[in-house]
Amino acid sequence: MAVTEIPSGPSALDRLSRPKPVIVLFLLMWVPLTAYVMFGQRIGPNAQTLLLPAIPATLALYVLGVRAFRESRVAVIGLTLVFFWLLMAVSAPYLPLMDPNKPVAPFATPFSERGGLFFWLGTDFKGRDMLSRMIWGCQRVLVWGVTATMVAYVVGAMFGLISGYLAGWWDEIISFVANVLLSFPVMVLFIVILNYLGPSGFNIVVAVTFASAPAIMRIVRGLALDIKTRDYVYAAQTRGEHPLYIMIFELLPNVRGPIIVDACLRLGYTTVAITTLTFLGLGLQPPDPDWGLMIRESAKTAMLWKFSYMLLVPALAVSSLILGFNLMADGLREMSLRD
Amino acid sequence: MSDHAAEQVPVLECRNLCISYYTRAGEIPAVVDFNLKLMPGEAHGIVGESGCGKSTVALAIMQYMGKNGAIVGGEILFEGRDMRQMSEEELRQIRGSRIAMVYQEPMASLNPSMTIGDQLVEVPIYHDGLSEQEALARAEEMLAKVRLPDPKRILASYPHQISGGQQQRVVIAMALLSNPRLLLLDEPTTALDVTVEAGIVDLINEIAEEFGTSMIYISHNLGLILETCDRLTVMYSGEAVEVGDIHDVFEEMRHPYTRGLFGSIPLPGADKNAHPLVAIPGQLPLPHERPEGCNFGPRCTFFRDGLCNVGRLPMHAVPGDDDHKVRCERFQEIDWDRDLPKGEAKPPVEAGGTVLSVEDMTKHYLIEDGGLFVRGGERVVKANEKLSFTAREAETVAIVGESGCGKSTFAKVLMGLEDATDGKVMLGNVELGDLPVERRNAETISKLQMVFQNPFDTLNPSHSVGSQIARVIRKFGVASKDEEVEEIVFRLLDTVKLPRDFARRKPRQLSGGQKQRVGIARAFAGNPKVVIADEPVSALDVSVQAAVTELLMDIQRQNRTTMLFISHDLSVVRYLADRVVVMYLGRIMEQGTTEDIFAPPYHPYTEALLAAVPIADTRIEKRHIVLKGEIPSPTNPPKGCPFSTRCPYMMPGTCDVELPPLRSFGGGHRILCHLDPAELTAMEPVIKPKTEAAERL
Amino acid sequence: MLKLILRRLVQMVLIMAVSSLLLFAIFDTPEFKKRLAVQELGGFAVSALTEESYKSWLAARGLDVPFYQRYANWVGNILSGDLGFSYEKNRPVGPLLADRLANTGILAFFVFALMIPLSLILGILAGMKEGSLQDRSISFISVLTTSIPEIASAILLTVIFALGLGWLPVKSAMIGGFSFRELILPVLTLVIYDFGYVARMTRASMAEVMTSQYIRTAILKGLPYRRVVMRHALRNALIAPFTLIVLQLNWLLSGVVVVEVFFEYDGFGKLLLEAALFPDVEVVQACTLVAVAVAVLSQIISDIGYTFLNPRIRFA
Repeated sequence: MAVTEIPSGPSALDRLSRPKPVIVLFLLMWVPLTAYVMFGQRIGPNAQTLLLPAIPATLALYVLGVRAFRESRVAVIGLTLVFFWLLMAVSAPYLPLMDPNKPVAPFATPFSERGGLFFWLGTDFKGRDMLSRMIWGCQRVLVWGVTATMVAYVVGAMFGLISGYLAGWWDEIISFVANVLLSFPVMVLFIVILNYLGPSGFNIVVAVTFASAPAIMRIVRGLALDIKTRDYVYAAQTRGEHPLYIMIFELLPNVRGPIIVDACLRLGYTTVAITTLTFLGLGLQPPDPDWGLMIRESAKTAMLWKFSYMLLVPALAVSSLILGFNLMADGLREMSLRD
Repeated sequence: MSDHAAEQVPVLECRNLCISYYTRAGEIPAVVDFNLKLMPGEAHGIVGESGCGKSTVALAIMQYMGKNGAIVGGEILFEGRDMRQMSEEELRQIRGSRIAMVYQEPMASLNPSMTIGDQLVEVPIYHDGLSEQEALARAEEMLAKVRLPDPKRILASYPHQISGGQQQRVVIAMALLSNPRLLLLDEPTTALDVTVEAGIVDLINEIAEEFGTSMIYISHNLGLILETCDRLTVMYSGEAVEVGDIHDVFEEMRHPYTRGLFGSIPLPGADKNAHPLVAIPGQLPLPHERPEGCNFGPRCTFFRDGLCNVGRLPMHAVPGDDDHKVRCERFQEIDWDRDLPKGEAKPPVEAGGTVLSVEDMTKHYLIEDGGLFVRGGERVVKANEKLSFTAREAETVAIVGESGCGKSTFAKVLMGLEDATDGKVMLGNVELGDLPVERRNAETISKLQMVFQNPFDTLNPSHSVGSQIARVIRKFGVASKDEEVEEIVFRLLDTVKLPRDFARRKPRQLSGGQKQRVGIARAFAGNPKVVIADEPVSALDVSVQAAVTELLMDIQRQNRTTMLFISHDLSVVRYLADRVVVMYLGRIMEQGTTEDIFAPPYHPYTEALLAAVPIADTRIEKRHIVLKGEIPSPTNPPKGCPFSTRCPYMMPGTCDVELPPLRSFGGGHRILCHLDPAELTAMEPVIKPKTEAAERL
Repeated sequence: MLKLILRRLVQMVLIMAVSSLLLFAIFDTPEFKKRLAVQELGGFAVSALTEESYKSWLAARGLDVPFYQRYANWVGNILSGDLGFSYEKNRPVGPLLADRLANTGILAFFVFALMIPLSLILGILAGMKEGSLQDRSISFISVLTTSIPEIASAILLTVIFALGLGWLPVKSAMIGGFSFRELILPVLTLVIYDFGYVARMTRASMAEVMTSQYIRTAILKGLPYRRVVMRHALRNALIAPFTLIVLQLNWLLSGVVVVEVFFEYDGFGKLLLEAALFPDVEVVQACTLVAVAVAVLSQIISDIGYTFLNPRIRFA
């Protein structure tokens, strides 16, 4: 009979970050894909069986994502774009595509037929199928981009929590180092680091961490400074909890929500950075296809209206992925403001 | 009254006003069937708890509903013209000139990047077509009228450069600049300290007299309404439930909700043992979960199925008083005198031995300017100066004071988050003053726990209620096995009268009062000796406050816990404290038993504080004392007696030079004041029953 | 305030010292020295070189002394105004850098001249009426354009305006002297990527201000809507975008690299990349110093501007 006041159900962000099934599915998708991209060549021709569990996991994750985001059309569009490329990445070996590295017929224009083969998107100057290269090309940028962003987040969040919660000298030192790193224009930092370490996917992770972690640290530090004035932190302190406990169990879970939006945006930035660096010759290396590489390799030869598709295809592909990340961020922000 | 109304046009009339908000969940009615008639010169109070729609009414009168709000029915007649039919331009001309508004948060209501002068002159320039010079002169004049010192300086200041009380005076001046017919005041003093609030209320009453402005005064505080208004509307969950002359409603309330409200606020005469408060059961319904029929039905003791939960209930006039209306189907059947809400009297608790003793406890902070490379000067903030008092087992000691009085610093020292600079704090035989929490053992820590003020901050939103209580149980070694811990969590939830399945809920799914209950359960999980309750109910709605207060005291009573109750509200303190410590700017100004504090001799500050607290009781007479100025900043306290800058008894050459002596009046009643003991004893009581009412008592 | 500026300047010098020392250490590794030798003598010659003659080459280039000594020398030279010598371009770094910086400066000037009014106006129009059609379309356009990285928009613009329509030149090498037409595509590329970001931030700032209580006060004071927006809202809403725009200078130094390389525009970014790949140590050093100086100076300007625009801080 009594009117019990139960405010509205879980917010959208909560639904997203409700941990268990999402994390399991993500790992099911992510570990095989990463392993495939990093060690596929060493494993040999059977490597593609690695990806078998990843395909249903990706689809399930997409369904969960759409359900969590259903209130925001924008977020669903973004999610769809991102998951389109994720699905392409995990299922590329199973798709009826030509070998992306095998020269077949050079300079075939889109929708043309050569030697009994139909080229939807044409071939590049070496005669490799553009459609196949475009689809295969998303694998490396996705794997390295997401890995780099995650590593940057782990590092940035750790230092941000320490700096914001412990304050004092910790804060002075960490903030100074962050300021030093932030004083370099990002591209200068990338060029210096990658020129020193040499171009490779792994070194991109290092470079992105150096470039992004200071900014992430600042955000987390600000959140930590805010959250540590809350009474529940005060309660934990007066309970005699160790600072490490407070950082991990009291602060970290509450930092998660606000930084999800930033993480989506940063995935976009990292994708831009990897593509740009690869174009400049400092990123991913041939022969395996990548959008940045496709642009780099055809930048000289394709400067004619007739061959501009060689540049347009990777340019549009990478833009669509970044648009996906940005729309997701936008939708999430909109949803978090409404809650 | 009725022939009076015939000759005059009401300044404002709301007829069957309905207001809705449009959200994702669809249309949510915020206010339903609201009627109000405001005659010239009249002050009308609207009182109600959060979410009852009182502020919505004010903004609707201004025709400012925001993006997703809309007036969906009824009329708002301003001087006989329906404001809903007016064009944007007509509205603009009325806003700020004929109808003006004063807001809850003065700081947020003023533009941070414009000088106060620039913001004030706009009103006469745009409404009366004055030149900049004339407008400035009028603004200066008005600032003087709202009794702001040095109007010229204030005109040139930015809002953040003046104090909260001064900001609110500026907002009031801005509202009065073009001599409005109607002034809307939306909780104008809620964000201010009590003694500052008293000054603003005084000013509002003067304005009403001097300018003859009609006023609508919105507040959750019945006492404030009594001090300012002639008539009153009580709102509950989007509906007016009772309307009438203020004295009629206060003395012969005819709605169970109004009755419940009065039963749950501590009025003089209420006493935790003999006359405990009576809480209204249940919670406020959310706007989209309102019941059929009477919104108050599910919480009402007079509820009758088939009558109270059918259809939409109309307002009924109380027989013999056309002006007094009530939205209750059964008000005539209820025997209002017999069915008075009465709490069960409880035997008083004997206090035991001394548990906590504080001796000359002093806490100074060093503030350093500068940073990594440049070292700046250092300043000392004296947050606590020589605090001395004791607390005995099962006793409630109230620490009373306004902002900057040092009560939160004291709590921090006690809890071990700060070291005392000097003096001793003894808990049993453990000295806590220089024992930070990291070096305290689990036993000492568990003896001393805290209940926090803000229900939205007290629980970690990421963890379930049960796990947060369980953590305390494990941490303090009460139990370690999963089943045992769970059993204790359940028992604690029973103790705070929450269903056991709340253990699995996240704090977000709990209302404010429920969260405070969990906070109390958490504080008592380690069987503490001393609990510090830092304004534990001040952020809750009035009807929920009583329940939480009673719960806290019941648990205290059972466990014979010592409670330090930090509060700014003297009514609550009078109700529940055994002894009282009054603080001002880091010092104890007066301490003694509750009877000592509420009767002469008073410290002048206690006297002013008592006079400042609004009391919702028409049978009470209060002396009129309004302090000048504002509370000084603790970083720069006055010389001599800290209260000397505002004290009405201030003796130049003594009070502002020398620290006052501590005068003892026996029974632990001590006052820090330069005034002669005889003079202090000769003070008149601040609160006393009205003469004619006194006979009835 | 002065203390803050001083602190920042000290920080800047410290950062410059640390970063240039790091760079010296990096370029001191044998691989980099080898790469330098390959660049100068040719890969074939280097592989034929004996140990001794390689050492004498190092000695001739002054690379055999420990890097900290060279660093000390270099610092001394910098302080006396000598930025060093570019082996790749075979000319002193000072004038070389000045040339390239001037070119990038021209680029930056037009980018800002176009980007600032465009993004501010769009941001304010969108933020003024949150949720309106106007807001939604502006927001969508800005998300779309910020999602196209410079390299992609450079391609799109080139394909459409240079390759397709033939209105503009494909490259901006300015071989035949300064040409305004060659500047258009690089400028547009940078503007397209950046304006959306600033516009979105302006929108957020404006939208927040428009829902603030003091705007409600202004409206309920009976002021005309124009006055509410122009006098009460704009000033507060533009504080955040202002600091942001100044900080875009820093971003621009990153952004120009890819644009200058793609369009073969001889500016700072292209110089930096070429020098880093060569490796032309002293050029990289000088470029890094400039980049850090720009970053810190823009930070200082942004701080001063913020303080000046915000009375809450100015009169704290």
